[in-house]
Amino acid sequence: MKQNNQRSDFEIISNWINEESKVLDLGCGDGSLLNFLEIQKKITGFGIEKDKDNWLLSLKNNIDVIQMDLEAGLSGFEDNSFDVVILSKTIQSMHNIEAIMKEMHRVGREVIVTFPNFGYWRDRIQILMGHMPISDELPYQWFNTPNIHLCTVKDFEKFCSHQKIKVLDRVVVTKNLSINFCPNLLGALALYRLIKK
Amino acid sequence: MQEKNSVGIVKEKIFKSEESLPLDCGEKLEEYELVYETYGTLNSKKNNAVLVCHALSGNHHLAGLYTKKDKYPGWWDNLIGPGKPLDTKKFFVIGVNNLGGSHGSTGPKSINPKTKKSWGSKFPILTVNDWVNSQKKLISHLGIKKLKAVIGGSLGGMQALQWSIQFPDCLSHTVVIAAAANLTAQNIAFNEVARQSILTDPDFNKGDYYEKKLVPKRGLRLARMLGHITYLSNDVMKVKFGRKTKTKGYQYSFSPEFEVESYLNYQADKFVDEFDANTYIRMTKALDYFDPAKNNIKNLSQIFKKIKSEFLVISFTSDWRFSPDRSKEIVKALLDNNIKVSYAEIDAASGHDAFLMSNDHYHSILKNYFMKIFNTK
Repeated sequence: MKQNNQRSDFEIISNWINEESKVLDLGCGDGSLLNFLEIQKKITGFGIEKDKDNWLLSLKNNIDVIQMDLEAGLSGFEDNSFDVVILSKTIQSMHNIEAIMKEMHRVGREVIVTFPNFGYWRDRIQILMGHMPISDELPYQWFNTPNIHLCTVKDFEKFCSHQKIKVLDRVVVTKNLSINFCPNLLGALALYRLIKK
Repeated sequence: MQEKNSVGIVKEKIFKSEESLPLDCGEKLEEYELVYETYGTLNSKKNNAVLVCHALSGNHHLAGLYTKKDKYPGWWDNLIGPGKPLDTKKFFVIGVNNLGGSHGSTGPKSINPKTKKSWGSKFPILTVNDWVNSQKKLISHLGIKKLKAVIGGSLGGMQALQWSIQFPDCLSHTVVIAAAANLTAQNIAFNEVARQSILTDPDFNKGDYYEKKLVPKRGLRLARMLGHITYLSNDVMKVKFGRKTKTKGYQYSFSPEFEVESYLNYQADKFVDEFDANTYIRMTKALDYFDPAKNNIKNLSQIFKKIKSEFLVISFTSDWRFSPDRSKEIVKALLDNNIKVSYAEIDAASGHDAFLMSNDHYHSILKNYFMKIFNTK
């Protein structure tokens, strides 16, 4: 889950967000992304976080944070009430992906989704060796992982086209390097900027 | 016993207003007194004041003791004090007994200056709106233009919310705990049963019982017992009392034998000694009438347009009188208006009463929120 230090994915997300936007971060963790965006882009940010300890960390980080379960939808939010809705490294732990994607596009004009790419070669090798992958982006053991819906870059893009979601931008990175060649094989983390078609 | 982080021995003060107060019911109070307490020190800029609004059975005695012999401290002593979540080393905390109350502020027991007798049945029914207006007079009297925060639970939370609507420029933060933007039919129904138990007590005498030296104890006891049941959750009652009895085997009598019965009777007896029936029925009316969105919760966003303060909203999972869903309505209307708000739904078993309890996570939230408030200008 989210770390405190500034990360290259924060920079990429920040580049996709206009100054003074209204941003909703779903599963905001300790609020460090919103904090980063508040400093970089002077956004008005709200976070949603279910876990009480993370919720408190967000509050301590000066983030306005709503405690609720994303699986229940975003019924507390009006249509198009945010410029951008972010789901950063959270989608892989959600039950109903179709529902949350629909809700994000209802509430936000633009949507940013980031996730660990399960097609990354290091993950593939571990599976070839007969093990579930463990990496920087997927630091859990098979028995304690919250990640139930892992996908690859290819899978996600197929899903988007099926759901009539248009990809405005895509960046795939490994560590801090942007991967343009064979991203589904060489990229560890995928970041997408999306709108509804 | 005075514990380490207590505000210590406190003394109540009286604010006497010579100015009349127009009321929602159409009447006006020509003059009135508010009894209040303060803890901590008002800074030279007078910008560190926090007003604490009390709930149905509360009063102005928030923290500390009147004498060293006091058995119990003020009702929110676990929250308020030096080093406590609402830190009196940082904030100037104000507790005020609402008008119509039974702890010293002008109320049904007081002498009506026109008749020179107790007001009794003639004391008007006040609203949350009226209370907030009277509290504003006290705040101005103390020389405070803008409160750092207004905080309250239950009916106190409603007052805090009303403050943010009515005096948007006079507070920076609003903390609404275990409250709602109006009461549900179920809540009004409970209040009506409580009122009926008082109104039909022969000793109530239509509210004029002071001169006759009567006390409608039966009615008030029943009202309190009913209230107590609804403030707790089924789970917490199960854990606290279960089916435990005072003696082994059944007594085949009607005197209390289950522990839950003893508890309710004890609470009821304690309550009649410190609370006035006329106040109780009026407080429940204020609860019933509170409805800034005028019977359409969808209007709430519209009403909130004027709000300038930031918000912290808290609910408790097991609170079925003011459920988390009701708090979420407030949060939604705030979000609709881009108002800065944090919302916590605390996992607590104690029901509505949880807002008075010392739950680590709950207090940690309030401590951090008040720290944030203190550190921002």
